[in-house]
Amino acid sequence: MPYSFKGGVHPPENKKRSAFKPSEILAAPERLYFPMQMHVGAPCTPTVKKGDPVCVGQVIGSSDAPISALIHSSVSGTVADIKDWDHPSGRKVMTVIIENDNKFTMAPDLLEREAKAREKDPLERTPEEVIEAIRLAGIVGMGGAGFPTAYKIRSVLGQIHTLIINAAECEPYITADNRLLVERMDVALLGIRILMKTLGVSHATLAIESNKEEAIEMLRDRLDGTGIMLRILRTKYPQGSEKHIIRAVTGREVPPGKLPGDIGCAVFNPASCAAIYDAVANGHPLISRFVTISGSAIGNPQNLQVRIGTPISCLIAAAGGYSLPPQRIIIGGPMMGTAQYTTEVPVLKTCNSVLVFGENEGLHAGSAICIRCGKCVSVCPMRLQPLYIRLYGEKGEYEYCEQKLNVRDCIECGACSYKCPGHLPLVQSIRFVKQRLGPVKKS
Amino acid sequence: MNEKKHMFFVSPSPHFHDPEDTRSVMLDVIIALLPAVCLGIYFFGLRALTLCIVSVTACVVFEYLFQRITRQRSTVYDLSAVVTGILIVLCVPAHIPYWMIIVADFFAIVIAKQLFGGIGQNFMNPALVGRVFLFSWASWFSAYPATLTTSGAGRLPVLGDVAMINGAPDILSSATPLASLKQGILPVDFTLRDLFLGNVAGSIGEVSAFILLIGGLYLLMRGVISIRIPLCFIGTVALLNFVFPAGSGSRLSWALYAILSGGLMLGAIFMATDYATSPVTPVGQIIYGIGCGLITYVIRRFGAYNEGVAFSILIMNTIVWSIDKLSAPRRFGGLRGGARQPRPEEGEVSK
Ligand code: SF4
Ligand code: SF4
Repeated sequence: MPYSFKGGVHPPENKKRSAFKPSEILAAPERLYFPMQMHVGAPCTPTVKKGDPVCVGQVIGSSDAPISALIHSSVSGTVADIKDWDHPSGRKVMTVIIENDNKFTMAPDLLEREAKAREKDPLERTPEEVIEAIRLAGIVGMGGAGFPTAYKIRSVLGQIHTLIINAAECEPYITADNRLLVERMDVALLGIRILMKTLGVSHATLAIESNKEEAIEMLRDRLDGTGIMLRILRTKYPQGSEKHIIRAVTGREVPPGKLPGDIGCAVFNPASCAAIYDAVANGHPLISRFVTISGSAIGNPQNLQVRIGTPISCLIAAAGGYSLPPQRIIIGGPMMGTAQYTTEVPVLKTCNSVLVFGENEGLHAGSAICIRCGKCVSVCPMRLQPLYIRLYGEKGEYEYCEQKLNVRDCIECGACSYKCPGHLPLVQSIRFVKQRLGPVKKS
Repeated sequence: MNEKKHMFFVSPSPHFHDPEDTRSVMLDVIIALLPAVCLGIYFFGLRALTLCIVSVTACVVFEYLFQRITRQRSTVYDLSAVVTGILIVLCVPAHIPYWMIIVADFFAIVIAKQLFGGIGQNFMNPALVGRVFLFSWASWFSAYPATLTTSGAGRLPVLGDVAMINGAPDILSSATPLASLKQGILPVDFTLRDLFLGNVAGSIGEVSAFILLIGGLYLLMRGVISIRIPLCFIGTVALLNFVFPAGSGSRLSWALYAILSGGLMLGAIFMATDYATSPVTPVGQIIYGIGCGLITYVIRRFGAYNEGVAFSILIMNTIVWSIDKLSAPRRFGGLRGGARQPRPEEGEVSK
């Protein structure tokens, strides 16, 4: 029986339209946008000025804070401007705008690093070397979380016994990780082995949902002797949530308020693993990624290899433009992604998909009345009671929500809102209560 | 097309929704009830159908008028009033007068449901409140009509009402299995097969366990209800009758007669699972089901009435919120209930 967790929902997968199409490389646009916040943690400050020439792989943003990630230019050209620009989060963020000269001149220090990196077997590095290579490459969790990878590895060094590669990709439509695994499998597997070596574990578990048959077939042949085990998970949302993939693989639950590292687990995304290989073996920074472009208003859904910083309008154009009048644009998946009001926002390191929906795709009118059906309770993967959080939240009893209803445990997966027959905005209510509570008080 | 400026709709996640809504859930319940309604018509004649039409119409009209008068948004489209209308008919005998069913509808929709805030807010099952209120006219329930198939004669009038003669309805009546069980005797007039298929005297929709189980199976398959409440309810009644039978005879017969008689199936499958008036937590649903079964057994055995299903559900209804509070699911990663022990880090390759 496939491994899984209690609860969850089964939204329509809608992956078939793009899952089997080999990825294409998207041509770099004329202008690219690099917001100084592409990761969780301290924002970067620009290391270039307006008018400066830049090369491919040149650092254009950095920060002294420990939790941060370097930002590199993905093209060569000149800095056209540095100003606040639309960010996928909906805010305006300080952004370095680069005019592409289409020459793709490589940064000199990058060439040097590349040459040096290729001298040595990537599997023979010390943990410090690996972490430094990852830091220089600006790698973050590419599944959407965006946590700086170098910091993550350093903070769990020596306490990990279970390394999990999260290839669940449980959000509907998205096929980017799946394509990456199929097309760059050897690179991703080598990246995993570098991680195993660094973390000092003899085994890793590659966990993947049962609906990715093509990748699973290929993996079966390639894993012998690598120490990587395949774990096939039930296709169910939110199987790819960090806590739930750990639950599915190990049978253990990360205690409330704790991190996976506290129970000896570390979870990485396959795209990050491939990026780790590129960084360690070739000295390459993270400047491009797989992105799925799909949705009912997209004529030709597909997977693209996109340079970080490319505005999503270019992806939409490459996928044949709008086939229907577009109603909503989502970066990320339909369950947890963020809606955009402009197509001028760029692709970030964490952007796994761009979805364009036509009129009311996936939406249904509802009565907005709770009928106490209990479905929100039975689907909640964190075993919360969303209906009561909403109820007490509306009454202003935030303390009760925190202490008795454990509202802080909510991972905002959206399963409850998705399922509610009254179509109540449960996740919104929960976010509101969390906002009212403010950050956790350290006692 | 790309040149055109588009306006995009921005809303918080999730951006997808399950097509299921309140109306489709209620529609599923109605579908699940239809076989029982049809069988009721087959056994008790056209009057069962006309009663049903009157009841559903009255429920919808009461709900519509109430919301009109109190200037609320109308919720008749969610079909929950239709469900209540059908349920009330299923738990009354076919000979009761039309005005009486309308009174029950009024109590169900206006008093039990709308005065408490409408769908989802009521704390007692509307259909059962309506039904129980009819006990004010207890004499009408002193006898139950026999089925047409056993008698052929004794057709109930479709127009007009049955007369009362000497304080009892003028119908071709028949004993009910519950009356016999109450006296501590296993019914002799009915075989278990009759009870299962429905060929017995009783309320319109309570007679056939089989047809109700089919409806319940449909609801289970559609994910409308979980099996917890019906199973615990029926299971508890069966177990108590098995362990403490009220009279002589095989324990198994006592258990089977008890669960196939009266309103237990209808109550356990369709009434106790009513969303608004049952717990939302899995453990809570188990407690609630067992509680209903326990009270049903006690009333049937020791109470003044033959049947205890309606009262047991109504009694449990009143403590649903407390049950919910006590039965919160174990927190993810929390220790209550015993988290699984850590496994060694080596797993096996899943094939
Ligand atoms: S799913 Fe919606 S209608 Fe059902 S109990 Fe939860 S909030 Fe209420
Ligand atoms: S309450 Fe939070 S964790 Fe639970 S289903 Fe809703 S969004 Fe997901």
